[in-house]
Amino acid sequence: MARLTIDPVTRVGGHLRIEADVAGGVVREAWSSGTMFRGIELVLRGRDPRDAWMFAERICGTCTGVHALASVRAVERALGVTVPTNARLVRNLLAVTQAIRDHVVGFYLSQLPDWVDARAALTADPAATSSLARSLSTWPQASPEYFRGVRDRLAATIEGGGGSPWANGYWGHPAYRLSPEQDLLLLAHGLEALDWQRRLMRIHVLMGGRDPHPQTYLVGGMSLVPDWGGPIGPGTHPPVPDRNAPSALSDAGMSIAEDLLVDARTFVDQVFAPDVMELARAYPDWATLGAGVRRYLSYGMFAEDGSDDPVQFLPAGRVAAPELAVVDTADEAAIGETAAHAWYEDPSGPDTMRRPVEGETRPAFSGSLPITSFEGANHYSWIKAARYNGVAMEVGPLARMLVAYAQGQADSTTALSTALTDLGMTADGLTSTLGRIVAKAVETQVLARRAGSWLGELRTNLATGDLAVADLTRWAPASWPQPAEGWSLGEGPRGSVGHWVRIEDGVIRRYQVVDGTTWNASPRDGSGSPGPMEAALVGTPVSDPSQPLEILRTVHAFNPCTACAVHALGRRDGTVGVHVRDLEARR
Amino acid sequence: MADDGLYAALMRRGMSRRSFLQFTTAMAAALALPASYAPRIARAVEGAPRLPVIWLRGQDCAGETEAFLRAPEPSAASLLLDVLSMEYHESLMAPAGAAAELSLTTALERSAGGYLVVVEGAIPTGAGGAFCLVGGRPFADVVREVADGALATIAVGACAFDGGVPGAGGGVTNAASLREVVGGHTIALPGCPLNVENLVATIVHYLTFEEWPARDMMGRPLFAYGPLIHNECERRPHFEFGEFVQAWGDEGAQKGWCLYKVGCKGPETFGNCASVRFGEGTSWPVRAGHGCIGCTMPDFWDAMSPFYLRLPSPVPPFPNLTVDMVGAGLVAGVGGLAVVHGMGMYVTQRRRRAAARREVAARAGEGAVAVEPPVAVAAEVVAAPVAADLTEAAEPAEAVEVTGPAAITREPEAAEPAEPAEAVEVTGPAVITPVPEAPEPEAPEPPPAPAGDRPEVR
Repeated sequence: MARLTIDPVTRVGGHLRIEADVAGGVVREAWSSGTMFRGIELVLRGRDPRDAWMFAERICGTCTGVHALASVRAVERALGVTVPTNARLVRNLLAVTQAIRDHVVGFYLSQLPDWVDARAALTADPAATSSLARSLSTWPQASPEYFRGVRDRLAATIEGGGGSPWANGYWGHPAYRLSPEQDLLLLAHGLEALDWQRRLMRIHVLMGGRDPHPQTYLVGGMSLVPDWGGPIGPGTHPPVPDRNAPSALSDAGMSIAEDLLVDARTFVDQVFAPDVMELARAYPDWATLGAGVRRYLSYGMFAEDGSDDPVQFLPAGRVAAPELAVVDTADEAAIGETAAHAWYEDPSGPDTMRRPVEGETRPAFSGSLPITSFEGANHYSWIKAARYNGVAMEVGPLARMLVAYAQGQADSTTALSTALTDLGMTADGLTSTLGRIVAKAVETQVLARRAGSWLGELRTNLATGDLAVADLTRWAPASWPQPAEGWSLGEGPRGSVGHWVRIEDGVIRRYQVVDGTTWNASPRDGSGSPGPMEAALVGTPVSDPSQPLEILRTVHAFNPCTACAVHALGRRDGTVGVHVRDLEARR
Repeated sequence: MADDGLYAALMRRGMSRRSFLQFTTAMAAALALPASYAPRIARAVEGAPRLPVIWLRGQDCAGETEAFLRAPEPSAASLLLDVLSMEYHESLMAPAGAAAELSLTTALERSAGGYLVVVEGAIPTGAGGAFCLVGGRPFADVVREVADGALATIAVGACAFDGGVPGAGGGVTNAASLREVVGGHTIALPGCPLNVENLVATIVHYLTFEEWPARDMMGRPLFAYGPLIHNECERRPHFEFGEFVQAWGDEGAQKGWCLYKVGCKGPETFGNCASVRFGEGTSWPVRAGHGCIGCTMPDFWDAMSPFYLRLPSPVPPFPNLTVDMVGAGLVAGVGGLAVVHGMGMYVTQRRRRAAARREVAARAGEGAVAVEPPVAVAAEVVAAPVAADLTEAAEPAEAVEVTGPAAITREPEAAEPAEPAEAVEVTGPAVITPVPEAPEPEAPEPPPAPAGDRPEVR
């Protein structure tokens, strides 16, 4: 049994280390370790709850806006606020834009080098690549000249003598199976995706004021307003329309967003989805690898009404293989976390399972530096283990699509069935590394088709004269319940996101986040059961331990983001012996 | 082939001569240079080989990386392929583990003394560095090793600039800035996240002039962090005329009025957000109806929060004041004048104001912006600055503080309930560092009475 270590695991959010015991060319056991801790929830203590979303948003810049939304929703539930329709729709638009972007970029930027041999692509025949592209899609950028240009440009960078992101990749590894033309096609589309996502995210700049980290959320709504349409009174100054930068809720602003969403749908249907299908057809054996825990959880995504527990476009629920058709509820009360194998101390003992609202852990690093191996280490991660009724659950696009499919959600059912038919794949094959990638593409299609209609609803609603963007009845601290406790359960692209907040005397007393990657990349729990990613790695082939390409395939299929996953509600008198920088001086 | 110049590379990927010249003109503008510099920039950029870059991520959220991916022309794809030689970037690179470390060591050897180090995220020094480990090693060690042979080091974003959100309120990980870890002359491009155009412009400045742009004492390039946001803000005229958003979504909001009263930190924040904007000039937070949160400023998470609390003092009435003028001491005389006129009154008013705020807090606030001071101090209004007077036109009079350039320095708010008076530091005009507010005391329950500038916050 040989211990294999990948650190840093690149192309993930945050910092991730994977260790695996390999025997007979197969992973027997694996350990997933988040190696970065910031303590943002701790930083939130004592803050104004109306500010919380700005802090929480900084949990992740890739999942931009995801934690801001989760945070305002948690505070709004605590305070009893219902957001106006306009605000809900703008939030959906921000979230759906980010989700589409994250899925597409997650594939091309994070996953492509696991499946596409960049060096082999340099030998591709541009004319053959062009024919291939035209056989797959009507996407116009498909001429031989175009592919020749991309190939030469890549060659200049990869073989030009300097460094590049492609240097030292596992090129030539026997697990690469695409033709050079397929390689070149996908790489070219990856470069196009980089340009496309920048344009798409202008929606966030319009509606969020900046990107990443949109800055227009408010507890109670959004700060965006429609342009003034009424008369200008004497003694005041009329607004000056800025034709270069129309405001988001003006006709011009919404037209920009509409065009970008149409572009997004085109790109997803003509580039992203066909590419994923092409890749999936070439790697059918990966539909039998990386199954993991085969229990799936979704909190649901995209509110269709303004209530605390709204009807959601993608429904909440739980399913488990093999009976994927049976849906159970997803209850907030069943969610727990344990630090049994994470670098925290729990006053009630290491195996304690706590509800997030009662989270009470303290950072307590117990390794020796530098870390060479986790062999013999009882604690090995800054990620705590999230569990549902004590068991590990996989979350993310695959979980959402399976739950939506089981509930008969029309858009998802249609798209998923079409994809499965195309690939000759069974629903059972979805519970795999390849299934995660396919489900992501399917979900992106579903979302890209839906996104425009939220914009339409927004237009229609504004046209009725409903200009409300924020409910301010609970803006003033005097109006807050005492104490106030709330949570939000929702979904980011990479999985279920829950925020819990307790407000006393007008300030945050407790704050806790359980992110998608807290579920997927979690370490073992008190019973020794591995997290979903650890479980999924068992059985993964490793043909060359010095080039653990196959392990990366399964890891990246989860799109882990440990920046999101790692958190702790600690205490300032924490046990790590860290002294708070110049806190004394500030006093 | 890779080293035959950025210009050739850009042409190869289909950038036209025209858009190249537009790019160089835009860069000249971003760098606050006359347009006549565009040809010089073009010449420099045309001949430049790809610049080796090592991008390190510590206690980060990948926000700066994401900002980088949103770079306008030359786009991220172009930067990665044609402009920069991205030797190491964990979010973007194909190799992992040992192979990734090989990329790093190769770059350190091959480009010794000639590579640019970009650091994103704070650098935790607590618990022996265990709060951020890369390859099993404390991130701080990696940073020191890599910065050692660098051409220059750039801190991107608020976290690398001053510890950012992991260091807010002191944090628990001893999150340090790049400057604290490597010392010396780092370049800082703060912001949460930074505006990527400032990063590109900084690099273009180096390619053009073979030196890094002029910086302030915290390493922030003046072209980007010299302007006061309030001075360049499109809503500024409404400030002058006393037209304020009073509550979110109100008529004033729809008319694009000034966000000062709902907490905008633009009057105390230096940055070029208002003019450069984000997303190729698409928008910026104030355009989208939300106040500036001061994210380019030191310790902004503490110094600028609560974010919906209006700033304690109106801006000094010098519309064209910029930080470089302050630095150059050009307004020293004016500052002195203001101090003479205002300081006596200022001290009194700060005290009264702090007491008033506490009173508001005790009543737990009311109205849309619950943190407004009460209106009882009308007698204290000093009529000298006309603009400030107009500021308050929309409301019954409030205390108006007359402050000189020294007001750019924020005084720490008293944290002790027993000590209502606030220390007033009459600092020289050159000091532009806001002193952060004192963080809350420890959290024993029940909490002590409200104090200082954060009424609802205990």
